Amino acid sequence: MNTWHNIVTMMKRELGGYFTSPIAYVFLVIFLLLTGFFTYTVGNFFERGEASLVSFFTWHPWLYLFLVPAVGMRLWSEERRLGTMELLLTMPVTTWQAIVAKFLASWAFLALALALTFPVVLTVNYLGNPDNGVIMAGYVGSLLLSGAYLAISCMTSALTRNQVISFILSVMICLFLILAGYTPVTDLLTRWANPVVVQIIAAFSVMTHFEGFQRGVLDVRDLVFFASLMAFALFTTGVIIRNQRAG
Amino acid sequence: MIKVENLSKAFGPKLAVNDISFAVERGEVLGFLGPNGAGKSTTMRMVTGFIPPTAGRIAVGGHDIVEQPIPAKRLIGYLPENAPGYADMTVYGFLKFSAELRGLQGDALKRAVHHAVELCFLENVLYQTIDTLSKGYKHRTCLAQSLIHDPAILILDEPTDGLDPNQKHEVRNLIKRMGRDKAIVFSTHILEEVEAVCSRVIIIDRGRIVANGTPADLKARSEYAGAVHVRATGISADQLAAELRNLPGVARTEAMAGSGAFADARVYPQRGHTGSITRAIAEFAGAQSWELEEMHTEEGRLDEVFRAITLPDTVKQGEETKSVEAAA
Repeated sequence: MNTWHNIVTMMKRELGGYFTSPIAYVFLVIFLLLTGFFTYTVGNFFERGEASLVSFFTWHPWLYLFLVPAVGMRLWSEERRLGTMELLLTMPVTTWQAIVAKFLASWAFLALALALTFPVVLTVNYLGNPDNGVIMAGYVGSLLLSGAYLAISCMTSALTRNQVISFILSVMICLFLILAGYTPVTDLLTRWANPVVVQIIAAFSVMTHFEGFQRGVLDVRDLVFFASLMAFALFTTGVIIRNQRAG
Repeated sequence: MIKVENLSKAFGPKLAVNDISFAVERGEVLGFLGPNGAGKSTTMRMVTGFIPPTAGRIAVGGHDIVEQPIPAKRLIGYLPENAPGYADMTVYGFLKFSAELRGLQGDALKRAVHHAVELCFLENVLYQTIDTLSKGYKHRTCLAQSLIHDPAILILDEPTDGLDPNQKHEVRNLIKRMGRDKAIVFSTHILEEVEAVCSRVIIIDRGRIVANGTPADLKARSEYAGAVHVRATGISADQLAAELRNLPGVARTEAMAGSGAFADARVYPQRGHTGSITRAIAEFAGAQSWELEEMHTEEGRLDEVFRAITLPDTVKQGEETKSVEAAA
């Protein structure tokens, strides 16, 4: 109970921090503009003549690649730069409570951004009869994807007090997680590597695991993949913070 | 309340804190003195549980800070160096957040915030964000945060840094007042502050405790302690020093840089003659052509003790040769 109270208190502070500064509004506007642009213009939503949101979800791994690290980069580096980390971690809270609270707060913010894309669902329902179960699965997958990227940003943010470095590092790691399973790249790899090796590498990619959700399949393996990716990145965050404190 | 035993902290090959032991009880105000980089902040960070010690034990209210950090941290209020605060929060929001993390709720929370705001004079800036505050206000906001749960133990890292003289005075009085029923540790490099506030002083240099005692004890270690300052007219300082040198019980005398028409000299008594020497000087002066204007026994000066204890040996040797040359 105490644990939960601490986590909620820290979450409220973190979320409040987004909305008292322009970050939240700038992010929401840019996110919605970009999703709209990619879905309708680049994704040929109308020309497809399909009652589905494939052209919407396809772009999410690429959009999140830049937008999620932008949200997560400040989580710990800001605390270190301001020195508030010393304040926070000498309060009667544990490090993992702080890590989870910060992560959940930012994830809730990303969920809000994602929820605000609801007009696209309304549009497709107005124009045709899409399978709303598939759309729901797509949203679940997208949320998990953003959580995975966010956990990685959390980790790189704990590494440095410089937000720019934190941003670039997490973009690089997330890009690797995309490319390892991105079809053009895997096709290239199969020319000189054993297909089994390529498959193993691709199994670490978010693309491989995001695909199922887009098709409306909620596979336990995909859920486990995203959950363990988040758990691993957050655990590593804890290790990094502990090592920094130990000097 | 706080018990530190054989505490050490190494950063790589460098020992920042080297085998420190001390204890602080309720009703004590312990001043941490030392040059920059002596290990004061590192020690405080270990006591508050921010960084783990390399070796040694810290017990806070009976709880080991490494084994049982949460109950130990509950007892502590901490003002870190440079008084950090969340830049985008208002003073009120920040204090409320701190109080909530300290487990306060409802009316108790409101009262605690109100009380801390009153103690630290923050009414005027309550709804300003922290990044718009002046240094003094920012510092007091962070101080208010450390007091909000009325902790039994207060650890304050340079609590008067960046405050104006009036604010310094207020904060000192506040520390003194709270020191009656709390255990307080605070670091500073303002020596007058130590004399004004502390019941005990620890001087740290290069990671070690080099002195531990009441401010009066430490001052008595000064070479000036017990020396008599004599001020006279109608004579030069050098002559005055020369004449007084021959009095019984005088170890040596020293002419001081005078001010205006006065000649000043300092007379160091021999061991055991500390009290009687003033009378001897007064009697001697009565029979002379010059006028004795003023005379007082010096208490010793903390800054001089501090310098003598913490100056690196090389500097000290250099100064000694200089004074020998001057004497010759």
